[in-house]
Amino acid sequence: MAYPNDYRYTKEHEWIQVKGNTALVGITDHAQESLGDIVFVELPKVGAQLKKGDTFGTVESVKAVSDLYAPASGKVVEINGDLTQSPENINKDAHGSWMVKLELADAKEADSLLSSADYETYIKEEQ
Amino acid sequence: MSDKDIKKATRHVNQNEGLIFERSSPGKKAYRLAPLDVPEVDYKKVLGAAAREDLGNMPEVSEMEIIRHFTRLSTWNYAIDLGMYPLGSCTMKYNPRVNEVVARLYGLAEAHPYQPEKISQGALRIMKTLSEALIEITGMDAITLQPAAGAHGEMTGILLMRAFLQSKGNPRKKILIPDSAHGTNPATAAICGYAVENLKSNAHGMVDISALAAQMNEDVAGLMLTNPNTLGIFEQEIHKIADILHEKGGLLYMDGANMNALVGKTRPGDFGVDVMHLNLHKTFSTPHGGGGPGCGPVACKKFLEPFLPQPVMVEKADGTLGFDYNRPQSVGRVRMFYGNFGMHVRALAYILANGPDGLRQTTEDAVLNANYIRKKLEGDYELPYKSASMHEVVFSDRIQAQKGVKTGDIAKRLIDYGFHPYTVSFPLVVHGALMIEPTESESLEELNLLVDAMKSIAREAEEDPEMVKNAPYMTRVSRLDETAAARKPVLRWRPAQAQSASE
Repeated sequence: MAYPNDYRYTKEHEWIQVKGNTALVGITDHAQESLGDIVFVELPKVGAQLKKGDTFGTVESVKAVSDLYAPASGKVVEINGDLTQSPENINKDAHGSWMVKLELADAKEADSLLSSADYETYIKEEQ
Repeated sequence: MSDKDIKKATRHVNQNEGLIFERSSPGKKAYRLAPLDVPEVDYKKVLGAAAREDLGNMPEVSEMEIIRHFTRLSTWNYAIDLGMYPLGSCTMKYNPRVNEVVARLYGLAEAHPYQPEKISQGALRIMKTLSEALIEITGMDAITLQPAAGAHGEMTGILLMRAFLQSKGNPRKKILIPDSAHGTNPATAAICGYAVENLKSNAHGMVDISALAAQMNEDVAGLMLTNPNTLGIFEQEIHKIADILHEKGGLLYMDGANMNALVGKTRPGDFGVDVMHLNLHKTFSTPHGGGGPGCGPVACKKFLEPFLPQPVMVEKADGTLGFDYNRPQSVGRVRMFYGNFGMHVRALAYILANGPDGLRQTTEDAVLNANYIRKKLEGDYELPYKSASMHEVVFSDRIQAQKGVKTGDIAKRLIDYGFHPYTVSFPLVVHGALMIEPTESESLEELNLLVDAMKSIAREAEEDPEMVKNAPYMTRVSRLDETAAARKPVLRWRPAQAQSASE
C-alpha cells in the first residue's frame, strides 16, 4: 500500500496528517501488517493533553498488545469511536483509519518526522 | 497431505461430548445423603429471604454420566505426561511422581492451616528447610514463600524496593524494563505506581550498557531484568549492570523465570541482584495448574528483609518454629497463611531428591537439550541472535515467511506431529518468533522426534505452503478463527443457543 506524501511518519509506526492547527493520527500499513488481525483499540479521552512520545492508547491484535505513541504534542479534540466497534477497519485501510484528532501545540513540530520516502526506507532496513 | 513423516501421533477414535448442561435431565442425581442423625433445622426460618428453592440452571446427571463427561474431556487434552511441551519461557518440565507421593502423606495432605503452631512443627520445618535451600541456591539473605505465582512475586519484590526507597525518603518515579521482558514486568511496575521506561537491547540481544548508563538517574527506582533473558541469552555484563544501578541508588530486580538455567552454576545474589522471585512451578517442578496454584517466593538481600510481607517465619529460643507478626516496616501480607503449602512440599521433595549435584546436572541437561535443538534446526530456521543459548532457543520464521508461512502456521502444523506448540510470536523483539524450551526432562529420542517434525514442516513450508497455512488436520477441530473469537467472543452458554444449534 502506498504511503501518502502529505503524511509524516514515526519510527514507532504512527502516521500524522497535519491540516493547519489540527492533525489526524493513526498507525501505518506496515504496523497493521506486522500486528496481524487487530481485535481491540483503546483510545484516550477527548480533552487529554499529550506530549510528543506519550502513549495515548493501545492496539491489540491476536499476537500482541502495542502502545500508541503521540507523534506530536497537543490536545485530543476527537477520537474515532468507530474503531472500537470495528477494529478490522485498521487492517483494511490503515492510512484511512485515523484514531485521534489533535489540536497541535506547535503546528511545525511534525515537520521533523519522517517523510513517506524516508519511512519506506526505514522499514526496509528494519526487516 | 502426506502423513508419512508423522511418527509420534496417529488418529484414533475419541468420544464426542457436549456440555454438561446439555446432558441434564430433571431429577437425576449423583448422590444419596445418609439419614439425618441430628435434629432437623428449618432452613427457611434461619435463612429467611436468602433461602432458595430454585437452584437455577444446575446440571442434573448420574454419577456415571459425570465421570464419563470429565474423562472424555480429559482425553482431548495434551499434557506433559503425554508428550513434550516445548513451550518456551514456560519451563514445562516433568512433575516427578515423588513430589506427589510426598504431598499426599497423611500428615501433610490433611493438615489444617489453623492448626496450632505446636502441632504444625513438621509443616513449618518443611517451609523453613525449603526457605534455606532457596536462599542457598539464589545466594540471597532472606525469603518469603507467600506469593502465589511469578507475577505475584514480582509485585511483592517491587513493593519491597518501593518500601525501602520510601524509607530513605523518596520512592522514585520510574522502573527500567528491557524490550525483551515478559509482559508481566511492565504490568508489575505500573501496578506498584511506577512509570515504565523501555530499555533497548543491543545487537547481541543483551542489555545495552551505554543506553542503561544514559537512562539511569535519581528518578529511576531500579531495573527489572530476566537473566538469562527471554532470548535464552545470559546477560554477560550483569555485574556492570548492577554497578550502574547501585551507583545512582537504584536496585536490581531479577525476574527468576529462567532460573532453571542457573541453579547450581551461578547465584543472582553473587552477581549483584538485590531482590528476585522464583517460580516453583517452573524451576522446581511443581505443576503448572490451569489457573491452579503456583508459587513465587521472593528472595532479597539483608537490607530489604525488614520490608518482607508479614508474617515471617522465625526459629524460637526453644528450637521450635513460628510466625512473627510484629513487623512494623513490612509491606503487609500478600497472601493468606504462608502461601501455597502444597507447592512448598513438592518443591522441597524435588530439591532433596536431586541434591546439589542432581540440581546442577538438571541445569546442564536443560542447557544441553536446548543447544542440541538449536544446532539441529539452525539452517532450517533463521536464528536471529547468534549469542550462546542457555535453556531455550529463539528462531524466527523469516525463511518460511517468504512463502507466506508464519510462526503461528508452523506451530499449528506441529500439533499434527503430536507435539504441543512452542511459544509463538514471543519475545516481541524477534519478528515472527519461534521460542523452544525442551527442559532437561526430555530424552534424546523425544528431542529427535521434535527435530524431525520441525525439519519436515520446514520442507512442507517450501513445497506446499498452503497445506501448512491451513493446519492442523489431525485434531478434533481444524483451525479455529482466533480473530473472530477475540472480536466477537461468546462467553456464556444459554439454553436457547443449544436449541437453535440442534435445530
